[in-house]
Amino acid sequence: MNLARYIVSRLVWSIFVVLGVIFVVFIVSNVVPSDPAALWVGPKATHSAIQMAREKLKLDKPLLVRFGYFLRDLLRFDFGISIRTHNPVIQDIKTALTATFELLLVAEFLAVALGIPFGVFAAVKRNKWFDNLSRLFAVVGVSLPSFWYGMILQLLFFKWLGVLPLSDRIDTFVSLLHPFHERTGFYLIDTLLAGNYTAFLDVIKHLMLPAITLAAYPIGLITRQVRSMMVEVMQENYIRTAFAYAIPERKIYFRYALKNAIAPAMVTVALSFAYTLVGAFLVELIFNWPGLGRYAANAILSMDYPAIVGVTIVTSVCYVFINFLVDVIQAKIDPRIRF
Amino acid sequence: MSLKLLKLAFKNAFARFSLLIVLIFVAMALTAPWIVPYKEQALGEPNMAERLQPPSLRHPFGTDHMGRDILSRVMYGSRTSLVTAVLVVFLSALIGVPIGLISAYFGGFVDNILMRFTDIFLSFPPLLLALLIASTLGKGLFNAILALVVTWWPWYARLVRSQALSIKTFAYVEAAKAAGVSSAKIMFRHILPGCIAPLAVQCTMDMGSAILEAAALSFLGLGVQPPKADWGLMISEGKAYFLNYWWVPTFPGLFVLLLVVSFNLLGDVLREMIDPRLRRRMLV
Repeated sequence: MNLARYIVSRLVWSIFVVLGVIFVVFIVSNVVPSDPAALWVGPKATHSAIQMAREKLKLDKPLLVRFGYFLRDLLRFDFGISIRTHNPVIQDIKTALTATFELLLVAEFLAVALGIPFGVFAAVKRNKWFDNLSRLFAVVGVSLPSFWYGMILQLLFFKWLGVLPLSDRIDTFVSLLHPFHERTGFYLIDTLLAGNYTAFLDVIKHLMLPAITLAAYPIGLITRQVRSMMVEVMQENYIRTAFAYAIPERKIYFRYALKNAIAPAMVTVALSFAYTLVGAFLVELIFNWPGLGRYAANAILSMDYPAIVGVTIVTSVCYVFINFLVDVIQAKIDPRIRF
Repeated sequence: MSLKLLKLAFKNAFARFSLLIVLIFVAMALTAPWIVPYKEQALGEPNMAERLQPPSLRHPFGTDHMGRDILSRVMYGSRTSLVTAVLVVFLSALIGVPIGLISAYFGGFVDNILMRFTDIFLSFPPLLLALLIASTLGKGLFNAILALVVTWWPWYARLVRSQALSIKTFAYVEAAKAAGVSSAKIMFRHILPGCIAPLAVQCTMDMGSAILEAAALSFLGLGVQPPKADWGLMISEGKAYFLNYWWVPTFPGLFVLLLVVSFNLLGDVLREMIDPRLRRRMLV
C-alpha cells in the first residue's frame, strides 16, 4: 500500500478515534453524574437555570439522541457558556490556546536544541562519565514534578538571584508603556511585528522560566532516544569505514551517524510534544500563564463544568491530531511501516 | 529468567542505588506511625504556636502554615504515595493484561474490537481524563486512583498483546493446543509467564509516573484532601508561602523526586537488560 493511502486510512481512523473520545467525554459528563444539569450550571445555580440546562442537555431524550445533540453543538463549536467568565467557552479556549502554544513551542525548541547534542555525546562516550551523567540528568528530567520544579526555579532566579520575573506573560508596566497590537496572539511575533523591542525582551524574560520548567521532560526523553539510536547506528559497518578513512570524528558523529539516528528521534520529539501539551497545564498554574492549563485549573476550582468539558475535548483532539502526525512522519521516514 | 535479570541488574551501580532508595521508602512507609517525631501533626493536628518555623534541630524540615512538623508529614506522605502507586499499577495491569492476552490469543475480530477500544482510551492525555473524572465523581483519593486506572490500563493491554503475539507462535503453545488444553489455561499458564519480564519493567517505570500523576492530581486539589499528609497536597499548600518560607514545598518535592528517580532509574536499567539487541552488547 502506498503512502497516500496509508495516510488517508490513518486519517479516517483518527476521525473515529475523535468520535470515540467525544463519546467517552459525553458519557463521563452527561451520564455518570447523578444530576448532570446541576453540574452544568454550577454550585450556585438557581432553579430556573437548572431547568434551562436540562432542556439544553435534552435530559429527557434517549442516550443516543442526546449524543447527537452533543455532537451537533460541538460541530458548531458551541461548548456552552463558562460559569466563571460568562464568555462562550470556545472563545476563552481560543485565547488560551495561543498562549499555551507559544510556551510549548519555545520549550520544545529548547528540548531539541539540548537533547540532540546530549544524546549524541552520550552515545559517543558510552559508559563513560558523560554518559552516566547524561543518563542521570535525563532520568531526573522525566522524574521532576513540574509544579514543584517551577517553584524552585522561581525561588532561585526571582527571589535569590533577582534576574528573572516571577510570573505572567509580560510585565504590566511594559505592556502599558509600550503597548503593541495583538495580531497573532503569539507575543514573541506580535512584539517583533510592532518593532517593539522593549516588550520583546520582556516577553523573552517571562518565557524563560516556564519554558525551562516545561522542557525538562522532553529533554530527558529526547536525550535517551537519540542516545539509544546513536548507539545502534555507531555499530554499523559504514561508520567503521568512515573511521578507517580518518574522516574527522565530529563529522562522522553529526553528519554520518546522526542522519540515520535522527528519524526515530523526530518521532519522540512529536510524541513529547503531545505529553508536554498536558504538562503545560501544571506549569501554567505556577507561572500564572494565561493558557489552557490555568483556565482548566480555575475551571476546576470554581466547578466550571462546561469549561472543563470544553478543555478536555479540545486538548484530546489536539492530542489525537499530534499522534496522527507522528504516524505519518514515521511512515514517511521508515519504509518498513506499511499496512 | 526474572531472577537472572535481578542478578544482572545488581551489577549496575545505578540499579543498586535506586533499589536501596526504594526499599528505604517502603520501610519508612511501613513504620511511619511508630517512627515519626510528631504523629498527631502528621495526621493533621494544627500547632499554630510554631507556625512557619525554618528548619532546626527540633524540626529538621521546618514547619508548615499550620505549624505542623514537615518531616513527620513528609514521612507519613510516603504511605499515601506508595499505596496509590501500587494500586494504580496493579489495577491497571489487572484490567490490561487479560485484555491483551485475549486480544492476541483469539486474534481476528475480537482483536480488532478490543484494540480499537484500547486506542480510544490511549488517545486521551492521561492527566486530562483523570481531571474530568475526578471533577465529575468528586474529589478524593479513591476517585483519583480510579481516574488514573481508566487512563493506564490500555498501555498494559498493548504491551501484553505484542508480547503474546510472538509467544503464541512458539511450538510449545501449538503443542498445548493440540493436546486439548483449554484456551484460558494456555493464555494464563503458557503465554503469560513469557510476558512477565517486560511487564515487570513496565510496572517499575510506571510506579514512578503513578506517583507523579497522583501528586499532580493532589496538587490540583482533586486527590488527597486536607488535613491528610500527601506530597502533592503539601506542595500545593506550600505554593502560597514558598517565596518567603522556602522549606514548605521544597522537602515534599524532594521526596517525590527521589522516589520517582529511583523507580525510573531501576526501570531504565532493567529495560536495557531485557532489550535483546542491547543485552548482547552489554554482556560482551
